[in-house]
Amino acid sequence: MTVESIVFYVFAALTVIGALGVITMRNAVQAVLCLVLTFFSAAVLWMLLEAEFLAVTLVLVYVGAVMVLFLFVVMMLDVDYASLKSGFTKYLPLGIVTALALFGAIYWVIRSEVLGDMPEPAKHSAEYSNVTVLGRLLYTDYFYAFEIAGVILLVAIVAAISLTFRGRRERRGQSVPMQHQASREERLRVVSMESGPRQDAHLRKEEEAKKKPKSKRKKKTKGDDA
Amino acid sequence: MSLTHYLVVSALLFSISVVGIIINRKNVITLLMCIELMLLAVNTNFIAFSRYLNDEVGQVFVFFILTVAAAEAAIGLAILVVLFRTNKKIDVAELKELKG
Repeated sequence: MTVESIVFYVFAALTVIGALGVITMRNAVQAVLCLVLTFFSAAVLWMLLEAEFLAVTLVLVYVGAVMVLFLFVVMMLDVDYASLKSGFTKYLPLGIVTALALFGAIYWVIRSEVLGDMPEPAKHSAEYSNVTVLGRLLYTDYFYAFEIAGVILLVAIVAAISLTFRGRRERRGQSVPMQHQASREERLRVVSMESGPRQDAHLRKEEEAKKKPKSKRKKKTKGDDA
Repeated sequence: MSLTHYLVVSALLFSISVVGIIINRKNVITLLMCIELMLLAVNTNFIAFSRYLNDEVGQVFVFFILTVAAAEAAIGLAILVVLFRTNKKIDVAELKELKG
């Protein structure tokens, strides 16, 4: 047994154990910590696959940022997690059957001849830089996609802040409850008005008086519904 | 280590997270964590294939999946916090109203 296979088996087992812990732990904080364990051991597996940059990114971004966010939320919310586990045993048989079927199907594909024989490629030399290769791909062929990824992150920031922002809002906004409570009587008033002389009749009189100061008023303004 | 080893590990991860979604269908936090696990399994598949096919493009895909997963986790948790503020509970079974 080589060192590589020992590392693989140990960390593959840790990954699976951590994943099992995530779905079975009664305490949500322990579940998040199990997920951290899973991510760490998956990062080691990625390291074995010579994806060094992504392995480091997984630890930094996932364990460092996303999992800490999860921990914050889990600890901040005062939720009775035990009551949320109530359907656990009820759905367990269904879950196990589904998992076995799914895993059986995937394993059948893996084992079949579909994939063919893929020999293990030779290890990269010491001069090989995973970061250089990835960077060259990202900033040339996939630059457009890279920019879109930046926009997606921006949208995530804006959405998360606007969803959870609770301070004083310095702008006008809709109040949905008020809108629902509004009745027709508040919004619409039917007024019956009698037709009479135009309301701006006196202005016209003055204008005409200016134009023809000597002549008397000839035109009569007609009644108009104001 | 052959490609099959890595594929089996990620298949196991994926099946476990599917079970998690089925048996923890009340807890939104666990559902989000199971989705993260699924994405991890998919990413492991991508990286394994990228190594064995000698094509680094697979790792670029993983990079983008990580980006989207981070955005999804942030927005999902924000929604969860708003949900808890308004309802005082995060039980999926009790989410029956969508009115603002």
